[in-house]
Amino acid sequence: MIEISAHNAKVMNRFDLTKRVVDKLKRDEAVIGGIGNANFDLWACGQRPQNFYMLGSMGLAIPIALGVAIAQPKRHVLALEGDGSLLMQLGCLATVAQRAPKNLTMIIWDNGIYQITGSQPTASAATADLIAIARGAGIANSAWAADEDDFDRLVAAALHGGGPSLIAARIDHKPAVATTDRDPVQIRERFMRGLGAKPSAA
Amino acid sequence: MSDSQTRTVAWYETVLATLKSNNVRLITYVPDKVLTPLIKALHADAFFTTFATTREEEALGIVTGAWMGGMRGAVLMQTSGFATLPNALASLAVPCQIPALLFVSERGTLGEFNLGQAMVCKTMRPVLDALGIENHTITRQDELAFILDRSIKQAVATQAPVAFILSPLLTGGKVFAS
Repeated sequence: MIEISAHNAKVMNRFDLTKRVVDKLKRDEAVIGGIGNANFDLWACGQRPQNFYMLGSMGLAIPIALGVAIAQPKRHVLALEGDGSLLMQLGCLATVAQRAPKNLTMIIWDNGIYQITGSQPTASAATADLIAIARGAGIANSAWAADEDDFDRLVAAALHGGGPSLIAARIDHKPAVATTDRDPVQIRERFMRGLGAKPSAA
Repeated sequence: MSDSQTRTVAWYETVLATLKSNNVRLITYVPDKVLTPLIKALHADAFFTTFATTREEEALGIVTGAWMGGMRGAVLMQTSGFATLPNALASLAVPCQIPALLFVSERGTLGEFNLGQAMVCKTMRPVLDALGIENHTITRQDELAFILDRSIKQAVATQAPVAFILSPLLTGGKVFAS
């Protein structure tokens, strides 16, 4: 494995960290799970009606979350995205910085590989520092999580903070612990009812 | 008779009015010269939340999220921008049944001077048809409001994206700067 040289963060586990995020959600926050293991582990943490699981459209977790945040400014919205997916759509960070929604938190799982396609290394494994990129795009509130305690603290601060924030966590190569049911209409319908954008089923 | 009574309504004024009457509040775009008067008018109207994105896919993602949160949205782009969208349409907007409104300023025909634009234009309608996306090429101002209003309502009612191809016959298009 190529060593990540851009920072000294502890290597943690995506499922454990996802659970830590979900456990902190007390106000029906919306969560967008990016394509692949990011949404699989979100699914594994319990199928909240306010979760949206991406089945395609690699790179669009943050744009989808931004759209929800614009439509529902009183609800906090989180995007869980992988390093490869973020690298595919880096421009979205510049857009988020310009719009500066107060209710958006972006969490990046950086394992340095395109895990689901055969574990080829990503640019973040060797040379690209995702937090430096996010800061450069204009998201001042961007930080690596040093360890689990630091991650907890950063997420809690982001959920009560006054601006878009981005948290990156180095994670291990363990696969997700479950797989999302791949039914896009049901996922979208449930999410909209979970957000009150459609009346809840009786 | 004053100027305001004799003045004909411009295509972009009809687009803006129809978006407003259908409560389409979110407008995302990747810039296009021909769309400039529409983009300027949208920015100037506080009814709309209007902003540029770095890619058309990003814009479609934002409009998808907004729809799921209860806000209607549209994406403005040119022909070459549409050509970047098939994956996001096929794996997000179509399977998730998102009534994204796609406005495409048509390049590549009726006097195109850039071979790249002419080639990419040929891919647009086959892609829309392959994905089963309702699409209309609008050439006339007198048909514009009817097509937009009915199609926006249909998109919402049937939960499906729709594409409006704005022909140079409607907008004047982009002319070769000799």
